[in-house]
Amino acid sequence: MSDTPMIQVRVWRGTEEGELRAYEVPRRPSQTVLDVVTYIQRELDETLSYRFACRVGMCGSCAMNVNGVARWTCRTHVDKVLGGAKGPLELAPLRNMPVVKDLVCDMRGFFDKWAKARGYFEPTATRRDDFARVSPESKQRRLAEAGIECIGCGVCYASCDVVTWRPDYLGPAALNRAWTLVNDPRDGAQRARLQAVAGDGGCHACHTHVSCTERCPKGIAPTASIAGLKRATAMAALKGDV
Amino acid sequence: MNARVRTREHPGYWAFVVHRISGILLVLFLPFHFWALGQALTGAARLDEFLHWTAHPLAKVAEWGLVVLLAAHFTGGVRLLVLEFLPWREWQRALLATATVVTAGVGLLFLVDVL
Amino acid sequence: MSVRTETLLWLAQRLSAMLLGVFVLVHLVTILYAMHGGLTAQEILSRTQGNIGWAIFYVLFVLAIAVHAPIGLRNVLTEWLHVRGRAADVLLTTLAVILSVWGLRAVWAVFAQ
Repeated sequence: MSDTPMIQVRVWRGTEEGELRAYEVPRRPSQTVLDVVTYIQRELDETLSYRFACRVGMCGSCAMNVNGVARWTCRTHVDKVLGGAKGPLELAPLRNMPVVKDLVCDMRGFFDKWAKARGYFEPTATRRDDFARVSPESKQRRLAEAGIECIGCGVCYASCDVVTWRPDYLGPAALNRAWTLVNDPRDGAQRARLQAVAGDGGCHACHTHVSCTERCPKGIAPTASIAGLKRATAMAALKGDV
Repeated sequence: MNARVRTREHPGYWAFVVHRISGILLVLFLPFHFWALGQALTGAARLDEFLHWTAHPLAKVAEWGLVVLLAAHFTGGVRLLVLEFLPWREWQRALLATATVVTAGVGLLFLVDVL
Repeated sequence: MSVRTETLLWLAQRLSAMLLGVFVLVHLVTILYAMHGGLTAQEILSRTQGNIGWAIFYVLFVLAIAVHAPIGLRNVLTEWLHVRGRAADVLLTTLAVILSVWGLRAVWAVFAQ
């Protein structure tokens, strides 16, 4: 045991009030941050609360704050964060969301804003209609495809300073989803959606920090989607549609 | 919560800070600039008196600072207009570097030319 | 303030930014050129007084600033100073008026004969 290299880990314990508690975890090859958290909970302190599900970078449940930036812990190798150092590896819950306990945050507000931005599909066809024909090469479909892979992990939202400064700002994920639907010719709520995403709480509050795009684990650029919404809502406002 | 925040350590955020701070400083300066020019209303003599004051080295430094602020805000603004109005392309992320170089260039030009 | 108004404010700020982009370039080049030779008030005023073309340019410049700056500051007030709603609107409209009045006064001072 004395030969095993160890990592110094500091983990947020508590709710909004609490402390960073220190743990020592054996370092292993190809170790991910999720491995570290799992070790702490299983071997050192069973009272630690954290989220995970798939463990393989598909669900986004394990998102948390690792040494100051939001990451998926299952896809973050300890080596990447620490290099050769022994630590500290500092783990905290995602920013901009209330803390439930330890590394778990309350994502209800995040998803409520998704709904508020009309980030849901409004069908117009019936079972009697033929299939919609949408060319994958069309400009609209390409724009939608660029943002469609979002799995709602909250990393972008947690990384956005405008979300921190404006409680009513819908945020990059909700706006990105709205943009993919703005580019869906089958959707029937275009006017209502543009109304929902415009203004001080909507796309116009984005100041192009590009933190969301920097951090998105799926390589989506919410900044680009939001820029698209800015143009679309401006045109709509001029035409009287907003 | 005292956990660190490092999300801001990237160029896009710094570009925002420079743009906002330069904007704030410029808008604080402008009323003074307009007032000074308005002094010419009372004749060339008052304006001359004011211009005399601007020959002071400290005023020269302030002038240089203002030109740099204006260049920084302008180039940052061009970057924003490109990001918001043109279709998203990867080269746009490099605009910040371009903006910084142009600002530095203007600052240097002013420095050499006038001081 | 309605969503429509907020959207149009954003647009006005971007459009005024595009105009100011041109105006600022012209202004910076002009100032650099003027300062190159050193200047006295007499020299400046002899060139500017009665010059309609430049007067119009600077009137447009002042008005573009009076639109652009307050809308930009609105974000600063909301996000960093936590001043919103009516209070912010009053402050910013006042700023727009001050910039317009003093700016146009300056244009008059420099260009009127």
